[in-house]
Amino acid sequence: MEALLEAAVRLAAPLLLAALGELIVERAGVVNIGVEGTMLTGAFVGFAVGVASDSAGLGVVAAAFAGCAVGALFAFFAIARGTDQIVVGMAVNLLAVGATGLAARALYVGATPSGPTLSSAALPFVGGLPFLGPVLFAHTPFVYAAFGLALVIGFALTRTRPGLRLRAVGEVARAADAEGVPVARVRLVALVLGSGLAGIAGAALTLAQSDTFTEGMTAGRGFIALAVVIFGRWSARGVVLAALFFGLANALQFRAQARGLELPYPLFLMFPYVVTLTVLAFVAARARAPADLGNPYHRERS
Amino acid sequence: MKLGDERLNDVARALFAIVLALVAVAGALAMLGFAPGPALSALARGSIGSSAALTATVLKSTPLLLTGLGVALCFRCGVWNIGAEGQLLVGALCATAVATRLLPDAPAIVLLPAVIAAGALGGFVVGAVAGALRASRGVSEVISTILLNFIAIQLVALAVHGPLQEVAGAYPKSDPFPAAALLPTIGRWHLGIGIAALLAVATQGLLFRTAVGFRMRAVGLAPRAARFAGISPERIALFTLGLGGALAGLAGAFEVAGVTGQLYEGISPGHGYTAIAVALLAKLHPLAVIPSALFFGALEAGAGAMQREAGVPATVTQVVQGIAILVSATYAVSAGRRHGGAAADAAADAVEERA
Repeated sequence: MEALLEAAVRLAAPLLLAALGELIVERAGVVNIGVEGTMLTGAFVGFAVGVASDSAGLGVVAAAFAGCAVGALFAFFAIARGTDQIVVGMAVNLLAVGATGLAARALYVGATPSGPTLSSAALPFVGGLPFLGPVLFAHTPFVYAAFGLALVIGFALTRTRPGLRLRAVGEVARAADAEGVPVARVRLVALVLGSGLAGIAGAALTLAQSDTFTEGMTAGRGFIALAVVIFGRWSARGVVLAALFFGLANALQFRAQARGLELPYPLFLMFPYVVTLTVLAFVAARARAPADLGNPYHRERS
Repeated sequence: MKLGDERLNDVARALFAIVLALVAVAGALAMLGFAPGPALSALARGSIGSSAALTATVLKSTPLLLTGLGVALCFRCGVWNIGAEGQLLVGALCATAVATRLLPDAPAIVLLPAVIAAGALGGFVVGAVAGALRASRGVSEVISTILLNFIAIQLVALAVHGPLQEVAGAYPKSDPFPAAALLPTIGRWHLGIGIAALLAVATQGLLFRTAVGFRMRAVGLAPRAARFAGISPERIALFTLGLGGALAGLAGAFEVAGVTGQLYEGISPGHGYTAIAVALLAKLHPLAVIPSALFFGALEAGAGAMQREAGVPATVTQVVQGIAILVSATYAVSAGRRHGGAAADAAADAVEERA
């Protein structure tokens, strides 16, 4: 039980980081289905810089910046040029798969090396608690960062002026514009910050959950992060609970696989996606998205 | 001729997107330390350099044409079908089930149509699931179709490790198709190529010459105005996703019955994702999907040669696809179309408000 919950929290962290990024972006009215590609970019850049500098910390920083850059690219096309957001997202995903695959084969001829990782560290005081200690407080920095950021982002979105302006842009862009909120700039900032988080989420895969990079290793986690945002009904608290739910589903899948249940393995691999689809079928109709989600904003010419 | 000019402009922009993508890739290759010259000449040799290369290009283009048509139809109606990959895979799976398990001993006159129909039906069901989830539960088809792709990949894995695995049981692949289930061929060109080309013409007719096609285009241009005119965008979405799924499912059936002769994991190298680039480069125009599919098919055929002869990883094709999508979607959508639809929607909103 303890090990299962520990794994659930650990596996939830990358999903939570990516979903928090997407939460910021979607609350500003932009759908970014390029999270998957952004995560993959972060995973690769984090790994490559980590290997080159032999420092996992530097890798994380580089992954964050790489994510920000992908977000800025997305914003150039989707915000500045008004290209459809879904189309830009798909292009980002294809570009990321192609570019990281190409760069990995150019950099690592033969076998891909193993890189540095951030190891788990028990927090002082609370780490020694029975049961709660190992489940919640003996993790990699990615886990602490994910849950810490959830608190910060939840507070910022609901209780601060920039958070209010961001949500105004996502709900009624035209009214926000009339109030003097620079819609395009707010969306650009949201995309850059949110994609930075997706980059870090990717780094969690190469610098903590494993120590190497394999092509297409995100394996749909970015898309599940999109579902986490819907399941979490566009609130930070909801996103935390949804990410934990998916983390638990994943942990159960690994547990069942390790126990050698008499089931073919593709069933296990299918499980997270079937769960996601089922959950969406039950919650999507009741969840209310930001009103201007997905609508490009064109300022009226006067 | 204003219309002619506009068409010419579209073609020019599509060519611009292709050239820009290839130049960017050549630059990226040079940066990564590959020599772009030999790489690009290997690409050309492998795609159009010989009659064998041309055949390879046409064979690779056929699934791209069918999935591209399905995606173009959906995008036309404002339905974001990202699921052609999964629809293709389930189509291939169903075709294989009929050919190797359900009717392996049937004569060709029965078996071949059954195999093709099973493929289309399998794709249809996968598309319709996404359509039904959107119509009845409000699930965005963007996410449901993506998730269904991952589920379909595992369904194929499940099938070739389980009920559809070859009787010999050595490898995770299906039994070879009985001769009666294989598409007739001339050389390596199979019947599916001709059917796919005919379906491009039929899709064009459906979209521009029928009442259903008119409703589909109306929903795509101005969903709220269309609803005001009594058209249900949800029903159109369900219909279109089913139809697009059937086209992709056919692509899967043609792959197993015309090219590979059996089912195995990884039977599609991502045709369903390339289809999005195919449809966008064609500006969602069914007839234009033919040259667009040929271009991306040539790219895939040539990428193999590029990997063998110049050592350039084939993943470079995805970079070309990504750039082509961005450039053609950004610089090739005629502004008039977009704003016309928005104006009709605004008018519908205004009337509704007053009522």
